[in-house]
Amino acid sequence: MSGNRTAGISHEQHMDVLLPLARQQRSQAMIERLEGTFRLKVQPHHAIWMFLLFVLAVGSAQAQAPKELISPLDALIKWTPFILWGPEGGLTGFSLNIIISFFAMLFGTVAGVALGLMQISLLLPVRRGSWIVTQFFRNSPWLVLLFTIMLLFPFEIDLGFVVIPVPDWMKAVIGFSLPVMANISEVVRGAVRSLPSGQWESAESLAFNRRQTLWMIILPQCFKRMIPPWINWYCILAMATPLCSIMGVEESVTYTAQALNAEGDRPELLPVFYIFLLLIHFIYTYPIARWSIQLEKKFAVKL
Amino acid sequence: MASPKQSGNGSGTKWTPKQPMVSVKDLHKSFGDLEVLKGVSMDVMKGECVCIIGPSGSGKSTLIRCVNALNDIQSGSILVEGQEVNDPNLDKLELRKKVGMVFQQYNLFPHKTAIENIMMAPITVLKQDKDEVAEYAKKLIKKVRLEGKENSYPGELSGGQQQRVAIARSLAMTPDVMLFDEVTAALDPETVKEVLVTIQDLAEEGMTCILVTHEMGFAKEVANHIYFTDFGLIVEHGPPSTFFKNAKDPRTKEFLSQIL
Repeated sequence: MSGNRTAGISHEQHMDVLLPLARQQRSQAMIERLEGTFRLKVQPHHAIWMFLLFVLAVGSAQAQAPKELISPLDALIKWTPFILWGPEGGLTGFSLNIIISFFAMLFGTVAGVALGLMQISLLLPVRRGSWIVTQFFRNSPWLVLLFTIMLLFPFEIDLGFVVIPVPDWMKAVIGFSLPVMANISEVVRGAVRSLPSGQWESAESLAFNRRQTLWMIILPQCFKRMIPPWINWYCILAMATPLCSIMGVEESVTYTAQALNAEGDRPELLPVFYIFLLLIHFIYTYPIARWSIQLEKKFAVKL
Repeated sequence: MASPKQSGNGSGTKWTPKQPMVSVKDLHKSFGDLEVLKGVSMDVMKGECVCIIGPSGSGKSTLIRCVNALNDIQSGSILVEGQEVNDPNLDKLELRKKVGMVFQQYNLFPHKTAIENIMMAPITVLKQDKDEVAEYAKKLIKKVRLEGKENSYPGELSGGQQQRVAIARSLAMTPDVMLFDEVTAALDPETVKEVLVTIQDLAEEGMTCILVTHEMGFAKEVANHIYFTDFGLIVEHGPPSTFFKNAKDPRTKEFLSQIL
C-alpha cells in the first residue's frame, strides 16, 4: 500500500499531466482492493461489438451451410424457445439460469452479511474463524465447490416423516451460494472499513455502545456503498451459472448442446448457437451492470 | 449535575466542585516506540476555560483524547470528577456521558439531518423522552444560531455550520466538561469566528471547556488558563495576562514570536 502511495506521489511531482488519470486509477484500485474484486466495466460500444459478432457468425454459417439442410438462422429460430425455457415452456433452459442465480444470490447474501459482520467482531475467535471461512470459499475455484456440493449432497433428505427431494438445480444453488457468501462477506467488511474512523470516534464520544454504533451509525452508511459491488457480484454469478451444465443441470448450455445434437452436430451451427447463447447472457447482464455503474456514480458524490 | 462514581477512586472520597474537575497527573502515553506525552500534569477547575497551545506534534490532541478514554495511557492518572480514567474497570460509557468532545473534522453522521444528529444520542444512550429531547434540541439549534437548518443534512451545510451542529450534538448529552480538538483548524478564516463565538458563549455560561487551539486571539480573550506544550511536556502555563506578556521559557517565547 505504501509502495502505491509513493508511486502516486512521484507521478504528481513529475508528470502533472497524468494527475487526473493517476488519481482515477488510484481510487479505482482502492475500491477494488476494498471490495476484493474487479469491476465489470461494460460500455455501450460493447453491445455493438457483441451484435456484430453475432451477425458475422450467422452470416458465415449461412454461407457455409449445405443447401439441402435447414439454414443456420432457421435452425436457431426453431430452437430459441427451447434454449430459453425448455421443451414444455417451463422453467428450464435460460430461465433456470436466472432462477439459480436468483436463489444463490439470496442465500449467499444472507449468509455473507452474517459472515461479514462476524469478520468485524471484537471477539478474536469469531473474527479469525469467519476470516478463514471467507478466505477459503473466496479463493476456491467455483467449479470445484460446485462439484463438491453436487456430489456430496444427497438427492433426497429424509426427515423421518417426510422425504424432501433435492433436484440438481437446488444443489447448484447451494454450490454457487458459497463463493457468493464469501465475496459478500468481504464487501461488508470492506464497506465498514472504508468509513472514516472519525465516525466511530464521534459515536464513542457520545457514549454509544458498540452495537448501537454499528446498527445506527456505521451500517446505514455502509448500505449505499455495498449496493454497487453487490450488483456487480450478481452479474458475475449470473455469468457463472452455465458452469452447472457440466453436472447435467437442465439450463441453457445443456439445452444448446441438445439442440445442436438434434441437428446432427453440424459444425457450422456450433458458433452460431454458442454466440447466440453469449448474446442472451449479455442482454440479460448488460443493463444490470450499467445500472450498477450509474448507482456508483450517484453514490460516489456523497462519499 | 451528575454525581461522581465511586469505583476506581482510590481515596474513596467524594468529588466536590472545589476540587479540580479534570486532574491530570504525570501522564505518559506512547504510540509504539514513540513517546508522545512524557509526564504531563494539569488541573482544570469547574467552570474554567483552558486552552492548550503548542507546535504540531507536541501531543496536545493526544492529551485531550486521553481525557475521554479515546486513547488509553501507559502510566499516570486522569481524574474526571474524581473518577480515575486509567482504570481497567472504567465504565467508558459513564465517563463519556460526562465528557463531551468536538473534533477537527466535525464527524457528523452524514445520513442524519442536523436535528437528528443532535437528538440521536440522548434518545438512544440516555433513553430520554423523544418529545423532550426534540424540544431541547431546538433550543440548542437556536443557541448555536442555526435556526432554519434543522432538517439539512451535513453535506448541505458549510464547515462552520457543521461544526456548530457538532457542538450542539455534544451539548445535547448535557456533559460537565467539553473537549474541543482543534475545532477551527479545518475552517475558512471567515467561519472560524462563528464557531469561536459559540464556544465563547459556552465558556461565559460556565461550561468547563478544554480547547486545543491555534487561535491565540481567542486564548487571550476567553481562556482562564493557558498551557503550552512542546515535545510531550508542558513547558509553561499561566493565566493569559502573564503568559502572553511575561513568558519565561525560551521555547514559549520562540513559539509566541512566530505566531503573534
